[in-house]
Amino acid sequence: MLLDSLDQDAKDFAAATGWEIKPQGACKGDVCVPLGPGDFDLRVAAERLGMAIVADEPRGRWALGPESVGDRALTTAEAPELVLDDIDGNEFRLSSLRGQKVLVVSWAPY
Amino acid sequence: MVTVSLELSGPDASRELIAAASPEHPSLLDPEHRMGALFGVVNIPNVVWIDESGAIVRPPEPGWPGGRHQMPKEMADAMPEVGRAPNAPEAPVDGPGQWDVLGSGQDRGSYGDAIRDWVEHGADSEFAMSPDEVVSASQPRSSAMSQGAAHFELANDLWRMGERDAAIEHFNASHRLQPDNWTYKRQAWSLLGRERVGGAYGQFVQMPVAGEEADWPFDSDFRSDVLVTDLGGYYPKTL
Repeated sequence: MLLDSLDQDAKDFAAATGWEIKPQGACKGDVCVPLGPGDFDLRVAAERLGMAIVADEPRGRWALGPESVGDRALTTAEAPELVLDDIDGNEFRLSSLRGQKVLVVSWAPY
Repeated sequence: MVTVSLELSGPDASRELIAAASPEHPSLLDPEHRMGALFGVVNIPNVVWIDESGAIVRPPEPGWPGGRHQMPKEMADAMPEVGRAPNAPEAPVDGPGQWDVLGSGQDRGSYGDAIRDWVEHGADSEFAMSPDEVVSASQPRSSAMSQGAAHFELANDLWRMGERDAAIEHFNASHRLQPDNWTYKRQAWSLLGRERVGGAYGQFVQMPVAGEEADWPFDSDFRSDVLVTDLGGYYPKTL
């Protein structure tokens, strides 16, 4: 997640990371990580979820790494939402295939 | 089935291959390598199995529709003489060769049979994992790896902005922090191959052209890293 500011709202954070901010904390699937009292603070959430923040100081921006809180790439078996465009620029949501078995095949032209 | 191309260079880099495949399934572009951050994809090809309820039943793993293919002659003929990155690790004496490593690990020929078994038997298939098994079989993710992913995302964006030196610095950081992430490495190395060699196969030249080693800005290169990888380490056997 690329950031022009570390002041982010919970909605944008959830859309980019899959971690919904709820009263009990940051939640993905059946896993919730307490964030403590107060309004959503990206720095606190990143620290609690083990998300690295790396600065690109010359350009005044940052990148937020994915969570490492569970020591594995997946913290839950619930498939995260994936929203990508096809070759013609049409947006596709992985969740639109709910109800079917799905194979997601990653490839690259290299 | 959904296919996802992990390529930062824009749609044209994938367009010809997608057109040749004429897919009837969704064929998507992933310029920011979201599959890496969200699912833990660290090499290609990689396959994730998801059931009707949206539960992952097999995390990312190497998978193919059939057995191994020879490199097409036209492609082999297009490969220039290559060297190695000046700082690349030395290959062990009497270690396995490049093609031995690339051909080891996951059994390509039987992967499709496992998929067919799952399609027929669902959760009763011997290949369908429980949620706990899925999580524990997914890729390791340390705080250093998260940092590596953040560097990769900056590198990716800086390269698209034309900030090459800064991009390469962040690419190298991502490679040091996620040394087992072949997608991060192959993506970066292929950018220079596409530029310097060009043609239909330039992106596969993921090491310096012979005589141009001093101008290779990455800490290592594809062949050097493969030669220090154990058998089964490149495409780990998971079935």
